Amino acid sequence: MATVDKPQSATADAGARDYKVIGTRPIRHDGVDKVTGRARYGADIALTGMLHGAVLRSPHAHAKILSIDTSAAKKLPGVRAVVTHADLPDVASKVADLGEGMFDLRDLSRNVLAHDKVLYRGHAVAAVAADNVHIADEALRLIEVKYEVLTPVMDVVEAMQDGAPILHDDLRTEGFVSSDDAADKPTNIAKVFLHEKGNLEQGFAEADLVIEREIRTATVHQGYIEPHNATVHWNADGQITCWISTQGSFVVREQLAGLLQVPVSRVRVIPMEIGGGFGGKIPVYMAPAAAIMSKMTGRPVKMIMDRAAVLEATGPTPGSCVRVKLGVKSDGTIVAGDAWIAFEAGAFPGSPVPAGCMCVFACYDVPNGRVQGFDVVLNRPATKAYRAPGATQVAMATETVIDEICEQLKLDPLEFRLKNGAREGTRRVDGPVFARIGMLETVKAIRDSEHWQSTLDGKWRGRGVASGYWFNAGLKSAVTASVNADGRVSMLEGSTDIGGSRASISMMLAETLGIGAEDITPAVVDTDSIGYTDVTGGSRVTYATGWAAYEAGLDIQRQMCERAASIWDCDSKDVTFAAGTISGPEGKSFSFKELAQKVQSSGDPVIGRGVSDHNEPGGAFATHCVDVEVDPETGKVTILRYTAAQDVGTAIHPAYVEGQIQGGTVQGIGWAINEEYFYDKEGRMRNASLLDYRMPTCYDLPMIDALIVEVPNPGHPYGVRGVGEVPIVPPPAALANAIHAATGIRMTSLPMSPPKVLHELLKARAASGNGK
Amino acid sequence: MRDFDYAAPESVQQAVQLLSQANGSGRPLAGGTDLIDQVRMRRHEPDLIVDIKRIPELNVLEIGADGFRLGAAVPCWKITSNEDISRQYTALGDSCSIIGGVQIQNRASVGGNLCNSGPAADSIPSLIALEAVCVIMGPDGQREVPVAEFCTGPSTNVLKPGELLVELRFPPRPAHSGSHYRRFIPRNEMDIAVVGVGVSVVLDESGENFVSGRISLGAVAAKPLFAEEASSLLAGRPVNDETLAAAAAAARAIATPIDDMRGTVEFRQHVTGVLTERVLQRAIERARSGEPGSLHP
Amino acid sequence: MAKKQVVSTTINGQQEEFLCEPRQTLLEVLRDVLDMTGTKEGCSNGNCGACTVLLNGRPIDSCLVLAVEVEGAEIETIEGVAPAGGLHPLQTAFLEQAALQCGICTPGFIMQAKALLEQKPNPTEREIRFYLAGNLCRCTGYDKIVRAVQQAATAQQEVQV
Repeated sequence: MATVDKPQSATADAGARDYKVIGTRPIRHDGVDKVTGRARYGADIALTGMLHGAVLRSPHAHAKILSIDTSAAKKLPGVRAVVTHADLPDVASKVADLGEGMFDLRDLSRNVLAHDKVLYRGHAVAAVAADNVHIADEALRLIEVKYEVLTPVMDVVEAMQDGAPILHDDLRTEGFVSSDDAADKPTNIAKVFLHEKGNLEQGFAEADLVIEREIRTATVHQGYIEPHNATVHWNADGQITCWISTQGSFVVREQLAGLLQVPVSRVRVIPMEIGGGFGGKIPVYMAPAAAIMSKMTGRPVKMIMDRAAVLEATGPTPGSCVRVKLGVKSDGTIVAGDAWIAFEAGAFPGSPVPAGCMCVFACYDVPNGRVQGFDVVLNRPATKAYRAPGATQVAMATETVIDEICEQLKLDPLEFRLKNGAREGTRRVDGPVFARIGMLETVKAIRDSEHWQSTLDGKWRGRGVASGYWFNAGLKSAVTASVNADGRVSMLEGSTDIGGSRASISMMLAETLGIGAEDITPAVVDTDSIGYTDVTGGSRVTYATGWAAYEAGLDIQRQMCERAASIWDCDSKDVTFAAGTISGPEGKSFSFKELAQKVQSSGDPVIGRGVSDHNEPGGAFATHCVDVEVDPETGKVTILRYTAAQDVGTAIHPAYVEGQIQGGTVQGIGWAINEEYFYDKEGRMRNASLLDYRMPTCYDLPMIDALIVEVPNPGHPYGVRGVGEVPIVPPPAALANAIHAATGIRMTSLPMSPPKVLHELLKARAASGNGK
Repeated sequence: MRDFDYAAPESVQQAVQLLSQANGSGRPLAGGTDLIDQVRMRRHEPDLIVDIKRIPELNVLEIGADGFRLGAAVPCWKITSNEDISRQYTALGDSCSIIGGVQIQNRASVGGNLCNSGPAADSIPSLIALEAVCVIMGPDGQREVPVAEFCTGPSTNVLKPGELLVELRFPPRPAHSGSHYRRFIPRNEMDIAVVGVGVSVVLDESGENFVSGRISLGAVAAKPLFAEEASSLLAGRPVNDETLAAAAAAARAIATPIDDMRGTVEFRQHVTGVLTERVLQRAIERARSGEPGSLHP
Repeated sequence: MAKKQVVSTTINGQQEEFLCEPRQTLLEVLRDVLDMTGTKEGCSNGNCGACTVLLNGRPIDSCLVLAVEVEGAEIETIEGVAPAGGLHPLQTAFLEQAALQCGICTPGFIMQAKALLEQKPNPTEREIRFYLAGNLCRCTGYDKIVRAVQQAATAQQEVQV
């Protein structure tokens, strides 16, 4: 266990900690390349002899594939290869070996290219490689697929009913199944989860007020601006190289090795710059087909997904049906909570409903609780991670029920949160006990904010608050760092940089070495060039890769002290390293740069090595406050002002911390107001474009005030907590609560789009006899 | 994208000849903001694309005592940056300032927007309200069709194979007139109209009475509508809430919208009435002040 | 197959001639024929602005322009924005304000903002937001992008004073 060489303070004052680099705002190392267009993203790769691929996708949401005839496509001049699922190795036997809860290889294989059934509109059926993308596109139209169209099931509650269309004949419910349901029958309920704490019945019996609501949320997409891409070359020596935009080069390596049935070391994954991911760029989609077609042709094959396919066929986050029931005493003390959570997994099991179950009551001390979760398959694309996966859906339910409780009991919603909020020692319903966390500090930050202190005047205007929680992840990271003769340090890491993490990781190494952030030259390298590193996800990179960089820095400190000892001819125990100065006996000292200049002439190169595999990432909490105005005749919601407070542990690079908070908040706003997968009865997505899948533009928003709260994570040498995910959690509930404050109506389904808000307004008007 | 040939003729005659020879598989290209996307998405499968931007007649932009002539290929930005048009044919300026984003407005033409004939097209209600007439050239010569009769359904219109929209002609604007176009969209930009309303009003000298008015609706039927009855309810009436409400109710009555990803029947009907009143109010303000004010709402 | 055509144009001040099929867009030719990959593809439907370049001084979505259309035109791309050995004030402002995260939308935003500042050297926040509405960013929430454009406007004004 590493020791911390700086005293830590639990105050929210970063200045108290005497950091030189941490807390400053240097220009990011990859910045110039990204503002000049020189940075190389996945789609920018061009290789000699490269072919271009395209994918044929199912027009049906649910159908059996009776036959696929590729003969005409193969005859089109310029077409070099065509693949279907039949060309992929059978991976059924590898499920257990590669599972580890990360992905089921057989499902992945059938998602990459449909096996005997298509399970959603856009499901890949075949792929073509040709001399150019236009020929590949033409060839797709020559592939003849015969389908037997089946009735799709598109709604999570309908999919759970007896008699619903069944997606997988061999699927049986796992987990906490009551004995009545345990019969060996096909089902769409893949898994049932259950957590219990205290005595639920007794808890509700003690309650003075019980409120229960059912909330529906729509399927929404991560919406990264860069479409998926993959370029693969299967060399004649059996070595496979993959250039790809991914959140995790090692996870791509593992998926490709599993799907193609080759050892992992036969696959080298070169992570290109990535144009956004938010959880959606962890699975592979086109790379396996590109690999097979490269093997067939001996040439590299490049594939780029079009935007419609990104929306229709890559993993969005689940729509949900969440029922939350909370019991409170008349003074507002929570005594019991019960949650029933059903998530749309999409075509294959594996929704983030387990995380939803763990987050639903996590912001509060709920003494008696029960949480049930259901992972349900239906004819939508296989859902994947999206920023705090599962947490936003459940927060929408819990946080709007709490708002209603506060309204009925005439309690200030922030005081309610201060009374009931989770703190150090609080045990979640699912078991774990919180270490030092900052839930209450985020509530206080909002309470003390100029925004909350201001008055909001005007008709049809209202203010709402909501809180949110996300675990954050630890997992594995590796860093190596070499000391150069000019005193600068070259740092290698395996975490693809989606939002400035080269800078934050470099800053922690610089802090450890007592040099400047600009003295570090970071590089994100391929899977052959760095130790195993998990995905950029789970808000883990600054925490875990930062920790690995810190360890690499300690390793360099040790080697530099030894080198100084050898130069000074003293015992290395008599040499210390502090704030970039190496000090020895008799007042001898070197600055880091001075000693670095002597490294080459005095012995071996100095190369630091750091790894981390810690799992105390420190939960992240956020509390948001929003003012809205609602147009009573159109239902349109305008955001007037938005403030987001978040406990970030230590803000390594505050500008990028603010950026995570602002960006996550705006994704949450999109989810709240307009974003949704709009399907027709046949299961066809009707809004698979960035025109009709309405992500916020800058003209829809005000500035987003980010309040950084720093309650250092005791589980990290620099107090880091993950930052990236939790800001997406509170916005839908905060907006729903603000809409209620503005109009008196409680929205129970996302998105709160103009037609839905207007519908509720007109209903309320008719009920009050004031219909127009 | 599908394979096609490309030609960029420099006269109307050449263009008409190329389109006629293509036998229905030719498409004129102005700004391309609809066409290129539609070819990519295979909603159109042309063998020949005829770029009409090099034809002088299609680039005409003339405003004078006889009215206003607008070549079919003139991009939106030329309209929004022309002060005379913004002052006199303000509704058209409103439309051109909200079609797509700035990048789209730098390419898209009103003629293209009309010929694409989308029920939700942002320029068409303004063209109808401002009484624009289409000048069409074809193998059999020239003909004129009022814009209100141009569209025949979703993405269909009166153009026959080989015919080309050359220009739009607008009558001169009377004194004390004002016009406005506004649409409802869920975002504040970059959306297709869920309901669009174009209005032109002429007031008497006092500014207290309507001389006449024209109301047109978009996105609430298979094609943009001229709201004839609603318009007739304005003529000769005083400018007051009652008149506006009556016109709005009549406009709402002819809306026969559908439920889709952009809105519901209930929403579109209600908002048709709401927007009609709001757009009338703005047009009245403009007629009274003689100032167009800001183009985008 | 339609015949390829020779197109003569000016890109970032340099005379360029290229050969393309009529169905190739300007975006495709810039990226795949001329190897100018700084212009990005986000949607190819004109809805995201990632492929924004200036055509005769005006920002357009290069995914919605056929390359054959640009005969005789002047084009400016992200590769032509920075002066030799330096950065444009917008590029500096984007770096200093941390106005990019993943960076894929950044070239499009810089081209669009450049056109805005050429047209309106001192835009209001609302004008900035309106003008940039055709460019989607999913990472930043736009706050820092708007601030970067404001900073660049101020910097450019100071240079001119």
